[in-house]
Amino acid sequence: MLEIREVYKVFNPGTVNEKVALNGLSLSLKEGDFVTVIGGNGAGKSTMLNMVAGVCPVDNGRIYIDGEDVTHLPEHKRAKYLGRVFQDPMTGTAATMQIDENLALASRRGLLRTLKPGITARERAGYKELLKVLDLGLENRLTAKVGLLSGGQRQALTLLMATLKKPKLLLLDEHTAALDPKTARKVLDLTEQIVNRDHLTTIMITHNMSDALRVGNRLIMMNNGKIVLDVSGEEKARLTTADLLEKFKISAGEELANDRILLS
Amino acid sequence: MGIVEFIGDLIGALPGACAQGLIWGIMAIGVYLTFRILDIADLTVDGSFATGGAVCVMCILAGWNLWAAMLAAVLAGIVTGLVTGLLHTLMGIPAILAGILSQLALYSVNLKIMGKANQSVNVNNTDLLISLRWVREMELHNPLIMVSIVLIATIAVLYWFFGTEVGCGIRATGANLNMSRAQGINTSLNKVIGLMISNGLVAFSGAWLAQYQGFADVNMGRGAIVIGLAAVVIGEAIFGRIFINFALKLLSVGFGAVIYYIVVQAVITAGIDANLLKLLSASIVAVFLAVPYWKSRMARAHAVRKAVN
Repeated sequence: MLEIREVYKVFNPGTVNEKVALNGLSLSLKEGDFVTVIGGNGAGKSTMLNMVAGVCPVDNGRIYIDGEDVTHLPEHKRAKYLGRVFQDPMTGTAATMQIDENLALASRRGLLRTLKPGITARERAGYKELLKVLDLGLENRLTAKVGLLSGGQRQALTLLMATLKKPKLLLLDEHTAALDPKTARKVLDLTEQIVNRDHLTTIMITHNMSDALRVGNRLIMMNNGKIVLDVSGEEKARLTTADLLEKFKISAGEELANDRILLS
Repeated sequence: MGIVEFIGDLIGALPGACAQGLIWGIMAIGVYLTFRILDIADLTVDGSFATGGAVCVMCILAGWNLWAAMLAAVLAGIVTGLVTGLLHTLMGIPAILAGILSQLALYSVNLKIMGKANQSVNVNNTDLLISLRWVREMELHNPLIMVSIVLIATIAVLYWFFGTEVGCGIRATGANLNMSRAQGINTSLNKVIGLMISNGLVAFSGAWLAQYQGFADVNMGRGAIVIGLAAVVIGEAIFGRIFINFALKLLSVGFGAVIYYIVVQAVITAGIDANLLKLLSASIVAVFLAVPYWKSRMARAHAVRKAVN
């Protein structure tokens, strides 16, 4: 479904701030894989997702989605394959537009936008049903501006938008990190529910170790722009937080130093 | 001058002020599209406004059909927007600088279109769509009637367009670039389309003003961006709370321009030095743009006080 082949990315090359973000990263995902990604600060987790999404170009290497070489495809054209949820709840939605208008934008992802109506009455009715699933009361606020919603509500809406048109690949970049624990749990539950329902191939970056272990069928750990641990299936199911810390120490030669990592 | 005399003079000048306000209202709606919807302060308008006037007058002098001359003016304005858009998206120049470059270049272009700094059409021997001469006649060519109809029609078309898939994409582009691209919207293309529509409207407005006053001048657009912004902020300040619908918001911008010109007329009638007008306009816009910022700071300070107590 996704193949990342020997991808390199260097930020600020030739300056004192030079940073090798991705150092020959390779990763291959099968259809239906739900991969959780952990790693220290600057390990290259977000850069990896941004390279897949085409936010900025790779320096070297190739990226294939569903067999198609998308390495040089601009971000808005790759969007037809991808659903994305960002860390910042403000990023995924248009604050000055209505809830239903945001959903209507998402429902046209990957389609040619024409002079047909941007939203129809029939769509509105459908969105109402979809929003009921979130159980946040948004189904009664269809015409409210998204800027009025809380962070958790916006993130849930972004998740809905990302999966409204079934994506080939769902990219979640620490999408619960900015939320309070209760809301984070709710958004994560919702994520699992949607991913399982639609059998979505998913990459989820998280700083929560127990989430990384509990969710998904595969776990990768990154360090210095490379994958240092890749476990799946039975092996992943048996892992504990202590195992992860130990494995990180062995592979990286240092403690997993990150004040944002949650162990519990 | 007594107060009675002042009011009498002002009422006498009101039809002209309203007509000018309506004409500039079309221009201000163009500014609203870039400034509020695309979140770009587009300075091309100072040039494209005169371009519209210049093209319209030259086409009329060449004996064109009047509506064809208007269409030519709009198309010329669309091209100026295209140039600014390409400077910004294709050449990576910051939007505000791209607009300044276009504006400067258009000064020369406008001179070349007209052949000199000023070209007039004589309403005595040329048929025109509107003229300030007819501001008190109950005919379609009365600028108050004609431009009101055109303004409403323009708002109707824009209301329809920004409800389409393309229009929603443009609104999303202005609201959130990251989100738009993630939803497969070509944000660069949308910015260019937005700038083209905006400058097309601005040139359209310039063409109306040229007919209204009977001439086009290379300097007729000087400070247009400030007048446009003034109309936007006045309209929002007065009607912002009651006009929520998009069409009504556009209408409030039109009203804002009319109010602006009535105020200007009052200032002139009161005998204040007309040379100070641009200083006054700039001050009004500066204050109105500052109000939301001050409000948010005061709200924050209030919230902090509440939090620590």
